[in-house]
Amino acid sequence: MTPFHLYMAQRLSALVMAPFVLVHLGVMIYAIQGGLTAAEILGRTQGSVFWFLFYGMFVVAVALHAALGLRVVLAEWAGLRGRTLTFTAWIIGLGLLGLGANAVWAVTAGGMS
Amino acid sequence: MSDRESIIVTVQRGGPATPQYPQEFEVPAFESQTVLDVVSWIQQNVDPTLTYRFACRVGMCGSCAMMVNGVPRWTCRTHVNKVLKGGKIEVGPLRNLPVIKDLAADMDPFFDKWVAAEGRHHPTLSRDDAIAEIDPEQAQRKEASLGIECINCSICYSACDTVAGDSDYLGPAALQRAWTLYNDGKDADKDAILDAVSGKGGCHSCHSMGSCTAYCPNGLDPLSAIAGLKRATTQRFFRGRAK
Repeated sequence: MTPFHLYMAQRLSALVMAPFVLVHLGVMIYAIQGGLTAAEILGRTQGSVFWFLFYGMFVVAVALHAALGLRVVLAEWAGLRGRTLTFTAWIIGLGLLGLGANAVWAVTAGGMS
Repeated sequence: MSDRESIIVTVQRGGPATPQYPQEFEVPAFESQTVLDVVSWIQQNVDPTLTYRFACRVGMCGSCAMMVNGVPRWTCRTHVNKVLKGGKIEVGPLRNLPVIKDLAADMDPFFDKWVAAEGRHHPTLSRDDAIAEIDPEQAQRKEASLGIECINCSICYSACDTVAGDSDYLGPAALQRAWTLYNDGKDADKDAILDAVSGKGGCHSCHSMGSCTAYCPNGLDPLSAIAGLKRATTQRFFRGRAK
C-alpha cells in the first residue's frame, strides 16, 4: 500500500459511510417516535439480512476510516514511524472491527440461532 | 519622522555549534524602515558577527525570509511600523529548517524537495524543432501561470504545520511547482509528476490548513495547487494512466 492508496481508502470509506450515517440517524429518530422498546427493536433487526449487511458494511468502513485517520495523527503528533506505525494502525483497525462486528452480530444475527 | 527614537530588537543567535539564545539590541528608529534594515544596522554598527542572508532588497530574490514576531515574513518588504509591538520586535531564523547560524537557515531540505517533487522540465521537443505556440488564454496555461511568480523564499514551507509534524512532507512550494509543470503544455511527463507527488510525504499528506496561502508574500495560492494535484491523482486512479 502506497501513501496514495491509504489516502484513497480513507476517502472512499468516508464516501461509503456518509449515507450509512444519515440512514442510521434517520431510522433511530423514526424508530423511537412510537416509543419502541429495545426488545421490539431487536425483534425487527434480529434475523434481518438487510440490517446485517447495512451495519456490517458500516462497521468495516468505520474500522478502515478511523484506523487510517488515527494513523496520520499518531505519525504527526506522536512521531510513530515505520513498522510501529503500521502495527499500531492495524491494532486500532482490527480492534474497532472486532468490537463493531460483535455488536452487529448481537443485534442482527442473535435471533437466527 | 517616527515618534520613537529607538526600538528594541530581540534576535535569535547561535546555531548547531553554539546553543541558541535571544539577544537584545537597541536600534535607532527611522521612518520607512524595514526589518531587513534593522538587522543590517545591527550587523554594521553593533555586532559584525551577526549572520543573516539577503540579496536584492526589493522582494524578488526570496533570500531574506525570517521569522518576525513568530511569523515567517520577507524582511526586505516588511515595514517595522507594521510589526512593532510596544516598541519591540523579535527576529529569528525560518521555522522548519535547520539553522546554520543566527538568522541564516539551511535551505537544502527545501530545495531537495523541489527535486523530489519532480520540479523539473520534461521537454516535448528538442532544440531542432520549431517553438510550439501556447495560447495564454488556454485554461490549463492560466492555471500554470498562477504559480510561476514563486520566488523560492520558503515562507510557505516555514508556515506549514504539516511540515512541522512530518519532516518527509514535500511542502507547499515544491508541490505548487509540480502543479505548475503538470499544467504546462510544454511538459511531456505528467505521469512522472503525479508519481513523484503520490509517494511518502506527497500532496496527500496536506491537511488543507492553508497557512501557505495565508503567508505567501507574493499572494500565490499553493493550497489550491495542492488540491489540484489531489484531484489529478484521484482522476488518474479512476481513469487509468495516460497512454
